[in-house]
Amino acid sequence: MDKRPFSMQVDLDDFIPATEKEKEYMVTMRPPSTFFKDGIKRLKKNKVAVFSFIVIVIITLAAIFVPIFWPYSYDQMLGVVPGKPVDNSFLNLAPFQYGKSEIDQMAAGEKITPHIFGTDSQGRDYFIRVVYGTRISLAVGFFASIIVLIIGLAVGSISGYAGGKVDLVIMRIVDMIYSLPDMLMVILLASVMKQVLESSLDGTVFEKIGSNIISLFIVFGLLYWVSMARLIRGQILSLKEQEYVLASKAGGARGTWIITKHLIPNCFSVIVISTALQIPSAIFTESYLSFLGLGVNAPMPSLGSLASEALNGLSSYPYRLVIPAVVISLIVLSLNLFGDGLRDAFDPKLNV
Amino acid sequence: MNTKTLMYIVKRLLLAVLTIWLVITVTFFVMHAIPGGPFVSEKAVSESVRKAMESKYGLDKPLMTQYFTYLGEIVGRFDFGPSLKQRGRMVIDIIGDGMKTSAQIGLIAAVIALAVGIVLGSLAALRRNKLIDRIIMVLTTAFVSMPSFIMGSLLLTLFAVKLGWFPANGAAKNGLILPIVTLSLYPMAYITRLTRSSMLDVLGQDYIRTAKAKGVSKANIIFGHAMKNSLIPVITYFGPMLAYIVTGSLVVEQIFAVPGIGRAFVSSITGRDYPLLMGTTIVLAVLIVVMNLVSDILYKIVDPRITLE
Repeated sequence: MDKRPFSMQVDLDDFIPATEKEKEYMVTMRPPSTFFKDGIKRLKKNKVAVFSFIVIVIITLAAIFVPIFWPYSYDQMLGVVPGKPVDNSFLNLAPFQYGKSEIDQMAAGEKITPHIFGTDSQGRDYFIRVVYGTRISLAVGFFASIIVLIIGLAVGSISGYAGGKVDLVIMRIVDMIYSLPDMLMVILLASVMKQVLESSLDGTVFEKIGSNIISLFIVFGLLYWVSMARLIRGQILSLKEQEYVLASKAGGARGTWIITKHLIPNCFSVIVISTALQIPSAIFTESYLSFLGLGVNAPMPSLGSLASEALNGLSSYPYRLVIPAVVISLIVLSLNLFGDGLRDAFDPKLNV
Repeated sequence: MNTKTLMYIVKRLLLAVLTIWLVITVTFFVMHAIPGGPFVSEKAVSESVRKAMESKYGLDKPLMTQYFTYLGEIVGRFDFGPSLKQRGRMVIDIIGDGMKTSAQIGLIAAVIALAVGIVLGSLAALRRNKLIDRIIMVLTTAFVSMPSFIMGSLLLTLFAVKLGWFPANGAAKNGLILPIVTLSLYPMAYITRLTRSSMLDVLGQDYIRTAKAKGVSKANIIFGHAMKNSLIPVITYFGPMLAYIVTGSLVVEQIFAVPGIGRAFVSSITGRDYPLLMGTTIVLAVLIVVMNLVSDILYKIVDPRITLE
């Protein structure tokens, strides 16, 4: 064949239909991806967020499952056996030490679960108290955020969608609550609610959790929803001008339908992220209130109340303060980092 | 200052007044919702003594009359009435005494937080992704995620109990150092992060590149051009910082036994000293609201482009 460069001669081999294999090679289409999948992919790349997530999962699983099989319970005073004098050797044990009767049992060949963090001044296994306290703190954080979410979501979406006078009135109320000094109000309401609720709770399921936690929930429901409501209102305001909402309206959809089917799903990522970031703030508040003696009822522990109890014996048993302190900081830190990671992954616009 | 800024200031002022009124009202009615009134927990008193006590404190009048009397006395004379537990002392005197110590701690903590925070934040921004930046970021992340009472207890354990460098009692000589450090750490860490991010933002601006191209010295760029603009966001943090210091001081004063307003507040909760609790709540709330107001207005004046809301 003539190889002159500018020849018009055509190489017929170039025009053979491609085989299936060659076709496959040429197609470099990515598998279809959704917004959610994209977000997860971005999240997985963020090592800090993944690590924090693992920490949260481990702590949560431990808080849920360890009390089930652990031989001691959070309110069991180990030295106290009905009908016998109190065995003082169980009080204030250092980590991995045993009480008198336990040493006897071990000498007899029985296996005793060690007191990993020792025992407290009433002979209660400290490890299980920390685990249980973590459980309480996490549960409080979770439920408080759910309450904030529900109220904020309802008020924010109504305000944003309705607009006009309704919006104006709601937003002025939000402004006022927002500028209230929240912590002071929380303390005030919690300390008063303690008196009001205490008697009415007796004998109900809530007695064990105590009036303080109920009042914490009430306070969160009263005060903390405002920033969530503001956020959601802002989202709704920008979303409701979109064409698909107009199309839905033209199709005869009602307000509730548009809010629940179009608007809320579209600000879903913002909602999830700010709820995730709400949990550590609730845990913070709970531990703070516990510290002031306005937390869970004794003998139920929470991380805050454990830390505040530890203050009394601080010079002899500093680790009793350090352990719950580390756990609180770890939870708050990893939730914050994970929340930040979620925000970066799912809502690049919101990145501040 | 244009009319728009003025309007904003007026609006913000009205909101602040409204908030303070709301705080007083909520505090009043919440306190009076307690069943049985303030004398229930005392030793059993006879009916006539209780009646006499109630009439002395005006508790037998209708609720609304009490409310307006209370409101009038606070607004007119800063009078919160007598304390129930500290016999013979007026609430306002207790608050005044506590305020002296608390204001001292709070102000010093705020100044330290600002000074150290701005320096560290700028340093981290200028040495971005270098070792020093990493160290600063890790430390500030840790400080931001630690509740003040835990920070306080840990510092107390370490420096007062184990090492014995500082006294554990706030009333002793040098006793206020640890409380001040405790209170300043969180705002300091926060300001560091705030300054760092806004400094990074400013350093990426065109006018900085122009200045560099003109051959302006590095120091001049940082202090003359970048610093000024990067500090604007820090102003917005004044209000929240004060709110943090106030609520933080409640527990910190408890931990270090500092005779301040925070401890008066906490002891009024545990002692059910309602007039004192109402008084301290209102005073602290007014403080926070006013500081928020000032920082918002300052922000608006410094940078009129910004529309808050």
